[in-house]
Amino acid sequence: MLYNQPSPLETKVLTRRFGLPNSASLDTYLSTDGYKAFEKAASMTPEQIIEEVKISNLRGRGGAGFPTGMKWSFVPRKSPLPKYIVVNADESEPGTCKDRLLMENDPHQLIEGVLIAGRAVDSHAGYIYIRGEYRYLIEIMDKAIAEAYAHGYLGKNIRRTGFDFELYTHTGAGAYECGEESALLESLEGKRGIPRIRPPFPAVVGAFQCPTVLNNVETYCAVPPILRDGGAAFAALGVPKAGGTKLTCLTGHVNRPGVYELKLGFPVKTMIEEVGGGILGGKKLKAFIPGGSSCPVLTAAECEGLTMDYDSMAKAKSMLGSGGVVLMNEDTCMVKAALRIMRFYAHESCGWCIPCREGTSWLRKLLQRFHDGMGQRADIALIGDLAKNMLGRTFCPLGDAAALPTISIVEKFYHEFEDHLNGRPCPFEEAGRLAPV
Amino acid sequence: MTFSSELEARFAKLLTSYPPGRQRAATIPMLLYAQDELGSITQELIEEIARRVGVTPLQVDEVVGYYSMLHRKALGKYHVQICTNISCLLRGGMELWEHACHKMGIGHKQATADGQISLEEVECIGACSWAPAVQVNYDFHHEVTPEQLDRLLDGLRKIQ
Repeated sequence: MLYNQPSPLETKVLTRRFGLPNSASLDTYLSTDGYKAFEKAASMTPEQIIEEVKISNLRGRGGAGFPTGMKWSFVPRKSPLPKYIVVNADESEPGTCKDRLLMENDPHQLIEGVLIAGRAVDSHAGYIYIRGEYRYLIEIMDKAIAEAYAHGYLGKNIRRTGFDFELYTHTGAGAYECGEESALLESLEGKRGIPRIRPPFPAVVGAFQCPTVLNNVETYCAVPPILRDGGAAFAALGVPKAGGTKLTCLTGHVNRPGVYELKLGFPVKTMIEEVGGGILGGKKLKAFIPGGSSCPVLTAAECEGLTMDYDSMAKAKSMLGSGGVVLMNEDTCMVKAALRIMRFYAHESCGWCIPCREGTSWLRKLLQRFHDGMGQRADIALIGDLAKNMLGRTFCPLGDAAALPTISIVEKFYHEFEDHLNGRPCPFEEAGRLAPV
Repeated sequence: MTFSSELEARFAKLLTSYPPGRQRAATIPMLLYAQDELGSITQELIEEIARRVGVTPLQVDEVVGYYSMLHRKALGKYHVQICTNISCLLRGGMELWEHACHKMGIGHKQATADGQISLEEVECIGACSWAPAVQVNYDFHHEVTPEQLDRLLDGLRKIQ
């Protein structure tokens, strides 16, 4: 189902079947060019498929933005080991709720993307790792998978191409850390979700110690349109180094929150004002998180001229991330926002790397003390120093994910920390409480 | 241990879903589906799953301790999970959480005396654009107001 009205400013590529009657059914999928991209891929060599994905300039949609075609090309062609396709459907970056819609409204598009990836790297089995809270999506995916088996789109000798592929869903059980690729693989193998040291990367040593392609749901869903319409057409939708569209989740203080498919390079101001209908309650924007809570926070002034793409966000010293946009209005207490973000990372730190385990918990305590009105001036610098000491010192990016927003909030909203000093009550405590909408 | 035939069928499918010799991979799904049926994870269940996937009970035990959806203690029949993470916080998630605790007279991961309802303040559940969000067992409720939550909780209290 659709949870929000589409916007006329959207470019519907991955979401083009959303809203069609029975959009999740195989019939609807087949009547709208479904599985045609796979048939095309079946007539191509693996090298040609990877080349087409490279031409599309598709970059990973889970957060890191790594070029997908290049990732696939790292899988060793001559390995005697079986190879696996793993789908990261552990969507748990705060602010992100897009993969849910892709699986709910168009599960066959994901299956077709996985099949094409399998064909590209000579893999014959795949796992969709879905976060445990998304039980209803496991049911939807299982139903679609059963339908695909029944009609010969999965299993042995798919559509008489000689290509075999088995696909399974796998439930998580509540752990943000398992959205990180190497922790996800540990979890898939039935262990605690603890990151692995890299190299070797999953392309070489992944699931069950075998070469593995691991991408986000949205990344795989982009593959059928790329094969169907050509990599160049997809590339042309985006910006020079990143092709296509991005599912963008507008959340927080915005009039029309929702998930919208926007071309990469979409102007941030137009996105907020016209797609999202402006800031809730006619207030002013104070802060903007472009792609999930692990991204450095940007100020309203920094949104001037900014566009939603990897390079533009990197230039602004933030990240496009997962597409989870969090908008905060002028009444938001940034100390409270920093505290809530840190509470999350302290809860989710897997405990493997000491800078992350200790750093997140120490920062949570400091921020809590600050928000309770017992902060000391020296703590402001200490918060920034502690966070900087976590950067780059952990196996996986969770430490950085906790540190980056914190550093940016301390630097850009230093005065708000000062406003909490000397036992002063939080200046936003009343104003910040929005009437329920 | 004996389980329902549905759960046994699910276990059988899980144990053939992974490469040969990799049945340990079924551990987490087996634990979660068994918990759905039994209400909590007991030592007996840990030993049973360990035996079926071919690992030691300790290797299952350490997994139970890691994942936040796995519980050793029975929660309510209806487990009401309220998100207060950043996107929900900005739309009244914290007020919703406080309201629920006050109304039910219980706190985080606590259940009512009759075992009907339990509460949990949860991290992001992936409903950020439809905040504040609540999950009752596996069902999502979007853009929940305190009044809607009242009606929801009152309804859950009455279900036999």
